Amino acid sequence: MGLTLAEKILATHSGKKEVSPGDIVEADIDVAMVHELLGTSGGVAELFEETGVRKVWSKDKIVALLDHWVPAPNVDVAEIHKKCRYFVKKHGLKNWFDMKAGICHQVLVEKGFVRPGEIIVGTDSHMTTHGALGAFGTGIGSTDMVVVFAKGKLWFRVPETIKIVLQGKIPKYVLGKDIILKVLRRLGPDGANYKAVEFHGEALADLSIDGRMTISNMCVEAGAKVALIPPDQKTIEFVKKRSKKEIRPVYPDSNADYVDEMMVNVSEIEPQVSRPPNPTDSVPVQEVEGIELDQVFIGSCTNGRLEDLEVTAKILKGKKVNRGVRLIVIPASYEVYLNALRKGYLETILKAEGIVEAPTCGPCIGGHLGVLASGETALVTSSRNFTGRLGSPEAKVYLSSPATAAASAVEGKITDPRKYLR
Amino acid sequence: MSLIVKGRVWKLGNNVDTDLIIPGRYLTLRDPLEKAKHALEAVIPGFAEKVREGDVIVAGRNFGSGSSREDAVTVLKTLGIKAVIAESFARIFFRNALNNGLPVLECKGICSMVENGDMLSVHFEKGEILNLTSKEKCKGTKLPAFLVEIIREGGILKKLRKELQCEK
Ligand code: SF4
Repeated sequence: MGLTLAEKILATHSGKKEVSPGDIVEADIDVAMVHELLGTSGGVAELFEETGVRKVWSKDKIVALLDHWVPAPNVDVAEIHKKCRYFVKKHGLKNWFDMKAGICHQVLVEKGFVRPGEIIVGTDSHMTTHGALGAFGTGIGSTDMVVVFAKGKLWFRVPETIKIVLQGKIPKYVLGKDIILKVLRRLGPDGANYKAVEFHGEALADLSIDGRMTISNMCVEAGAKVALIPPDQKTIEFVKKRSKKEIRPVYPDSNADYVDEMMVNVSEIEPQVSRPPNPTDSVPVQEVEGIELDQVFIGSCTNGRLEDLEVTAKILKGKKVNRGVRLIVIPASYEVYLNALRKGYLETILKAEGIVEAPTCGPCIGGHLGVLASGETALVTSSRNFTGRLGSPEAKVYLSSPATAAASAVEGKITDPRKYLR
Repeated sequence: MSLIVKGRVWKLGNNVDTDLIIPGRYLTLRDPLEKAKHALEAVIPGFAEKVREGDVIVAGRNFGSGSSREDAVTVLKTLGIKAVIAESFARIFFRNALNNGLPVLECKGICSMVENGDMLSVHFEKGEILNLTSKEKCKGTKLPAFLVEIIREGGILKKLRKELQCEK
């Protein structure tokens, strides 16, 4: 029997020819990422020092940065940041970006740390994002990260793989977000739990790297361990521009064994909106059209990329954000920020009376820069609408693509973006 | 670390995510006790005051879905929760719990045989659950020996420390 992409990457990293679902392997880690969870109470730094290991396994393979609460909104966070900086200095970590790069997943990809066929772990569940470039990206807790810091290895249970085939032509107004929300509806909140997801199908070729990242990013909302898109020419060219290291792409075998197969006809997908409080509860936008909004947030590691700001600016051009709504836009990284600035997107957003903030997770984790009050309703492009995620547990949060979010900001209520994009 | 846990049940529903267990806005609190005070507050108001050392949680499907924040495990431990039994767990939570020496067990049908406040006895190595209140029994998914070992050691870091000492 052949191997799926996840099986193959785990096999190559644990010195095995073959592995099967259920096996437990110890795999070499290529890159490990930590953000503020390095410095929180009970975080990686505290646990690492307690364990008594004196040196990290590699000064080059760890990427550390601050992104969730930057710049520090209060003293607690300032102390966390201080602790992170102290640890980085003490251990001589080479790849340290402080708060000057952006949201971890975007930064990892932009700065060339994500390469096809490699294993990349981070203290963040949205590490699945990196499957978009064919890398085994998965989220781990602080304790597992201490093991990685000490040994450069980690145990994994080899997951079963679900094959998802995206067929058909993507309609103009459908973005990566609409596709993944539709897929999540079919998987449900635990449909991919403990499993790998592997994408195939002709529609992938039409998706940009930005759009693919949105898709892989949100697979964790169905519990996926990794969300792999086999690398193609687009992937290789993208990575070559950013990483000097030799690329060794890995592909699934044609006779690989999948636990399940799902066919998705993307040409039939309409703009999707997820209803609170679960990302997988998505419906076509018509079903929730007209719901009045207090806030719209466009940003996060799910949808704060250049393509997302481009469609936002396209819709906002020459218009104003509805008086009853505040629109908050946060580019996912400084590279995105700068490019959006050069292309005039930010000016368009500001002229429409949107608020543009510097790269950070901000409201996505209910941290700062736009948390919600009780009774408020928001439409956001981030990944989660769990109760209390963006602030008050009595706020309601809907998820959508940036196109739907921008059109809704103009109208002040949930709106089908198609009339703005035709 | 004991592999048999007896305790009073707090029963929860399906898809209790990590933002419900400990909302993101409290992750930055520096005092672990302060952080733990907010555990599950949107699910059971006043949970932190009501919970007693030695209690256990019984939950539905997909317990701990969402974020990788290990605080979702440590706040429960801080409050004295000794075990979590669920119809199923989200994978990162499951891993984090074992790594921290918090025994977790998957058991299909557990929700239908347990009421809030019942007393349970759980044998983790055998995967057996006995409801001391109703006298009903149930079998969960036995953990692989490798994971039982992690609980027995009291978490993966204690195991790591041992390993590294052996190498010296
Ligand atoms: S933007 Fe949101 S989902 Fe992404 S890393 Fe930050 S908090 Fe997590």
